Amino acid sequence: MYSSVIVPLVYLLAAVLFIFGLKFMAHPRTAVRGNLFGALGMLLAVLITLIDLVRFEFIVGGVLVGAVVGGLLAVKIQMTAMPQLVGLFNGFGGGASVLVAGASMLVVGSEVAASEAGGGLYVMLTATALSGLIGAVTFWGSLVAFGKLQELDWFRKPFHVPAQQLINALLLLATLGLAVWMITSDSEMARGWLYLGIVLLASVLGVFLVNPIGGADMPVVIALLNSYSGLAAAATGFVIDNNVLIIAGSLVGASGIILTQIMCKAMNRSLGNVLFGVLDAGGLAGSADEMYATVRSTSADDIAMLLDGAQRVVFVPGYGMAVAQAQHAVRDLGRMIEDRGGVVEYAIHPVAGRMPGHMNVLLAEADVDYEQLKEMDEINPTMGTVDVAIVLGANDVVNPLARTDPDSPIAGMPIIDVDKARTVIIIKRSLSPGFAGIPNPLFAADNAMMFFGDGQKAILDIVSAVKEL
Amino acid sequence: MPAAVLLVFVLACAVLGYRVIAAVPPLLHTPLMSGMNALSGITLLVALSALSHEEPGSLLALAAVVLATGNVVGGFWVTERMLRMFHQRGKQEAEE
Repeated sequence: MYSSVIVPLVYLLAAVLFIFGLKFMAHPRTAVRGNLFGALGMLLAVLITLIDLVRFEFIVGGVLVGAVVGGLLAVKIQMTAMPQLVGLFNGFGGGASVLVAGASMLVVGSEVAASEAGGGLYVMLTATALSGLIGAVTFWGSLVAFGKLQELDWFRKPFHVPAQQLINALLLLATLGLAVWMITSDSEMARGWLYLGIVLLASVLGVFLVNPIGGADMPVVIALLNSYSGLAAAATGFVIDNNVLIIAGSLVGASGIILTQIMCKAMNRSLGNVLFGVLDAGGLAGSADEMYATVRSTSADDIAMLLDGAQRVVFVPGYGMAVAQAQHAVRDLGRMIEDRGGVVEYAIHPVAGRMPGHMNVLLAEADVDYEQLKEMDEINPTMGTVDVAIVLGANDVVNPLARTDPDSPIAGMPIIDVDKARTVIIIKRSLSPGFAGIPNPLFAADNAMMFFGDGQKAILDIVSAVKEL
Repeated sequence: MPAAVLLVFVLACAVLGYRVIAAVPPLLHTPLMSGMNALSGITLLVALSALSHEEPGSLLALAAVVLATGNVVGGFWVTERMLRMFHQRGKQEAEE
């Protein structure tokens, strides 16, 4: 009675709490409650699971270590480093699925085999193989993504593997071959070794898949690995036929896929192109010097003057703002403009930063009112009425070539139309190209001025110049 | 519970979940992802059960418990920390 009725009911209740929690994530006012709902669902599910269990010394020990590690990461992490943390947690999820599916096969495998008909065993073994495959790809792929985001020396330059895609395809085929062998094998012992083989091959595949992918494509990779970590958990749910795992895992999988789609759309590229394609620098690369012949640079004092008369100012932040930790200085400048009667908004491109929503979190941390954070589609139609647009550490997402040059590698990518503002100020260290490797005609436009320098220092200089007005 | 009922329930959750997630605004996509990290720690349930058995696999289960708990605790915590940062000016002073 207890374990056959009450436990599944509580699990279903947990699943319902997860979904309601997600519903509350639709608005920042209710989102904290949403997160609490999710946590409550998880707590209920864990408590009801614990009631049946023994060997608490191991359980308490494992939970304590995990809680301390997770808690420390959550409290200590800088908001600029959120992409790394989510990347690392994606890896934890994948790793846990690999281990759990393996442990379940070793521990429960024979019991299931003995008590259930062939169908049950095949389903379980198929799910185990999938958990091992997806989980290992996620674990190692996420570690490589973490290394790249953290800019560890090892990961600065992707190592070159000849015929990478052919090797990846062969690795996948070999992994699937081992999976079929494992599923059809009769020996408990052989299955264990075959599972190990699946995990090893999938680990290499995970490293190879993420290795060639560059910085600005990281939002897609992080979202995709987020999705995989959920799919691995869902597969684990099929291993032991547990509905709450299947539901929660599917939710995570769906979320990651939705975000992946949004990111790809925001770059006008297919997922295949992001994962396997190489961005070619456009034909214009050679003519950069010519294009930049008319670039004008400006000073903090001139910008302060300009801002003094501005009614509407829009900031366009990119990854450079995170690198320069300039969000607090930006907030200060924004407040000063508001104090002088101007309207300040922030235009956020979906792929600005290294993960979906990255810029929003940074600005929220700096205490910017979230009503001022505008999506691209919301702000573009009114860009013509903006007096001053300040581009800070963004490049490709404001490059008008996306609209005008059909041969450009970023052709068709939706951009923030800062070139339509009356005046554009671009704060940047140099005229070097962005991730796409192409020059940006915006820098030389008639209404544009460059302010060269480190993002944070540049904004602080403007702040003091405005003070002196 | 009959398998058919469960299947319908699971499917309903999947459909509903997709729609609910699609409605989360880009503003909150980072906390959405970290919250999803916490949810993927649901494998903790299985890891705990496996750890409860005295079998050779339980060492794997112990490692899984550590990783999954890390995800659950870290994921929900950092999501909470981020979400608390989103506020409207004016309202924020009223709350404090």
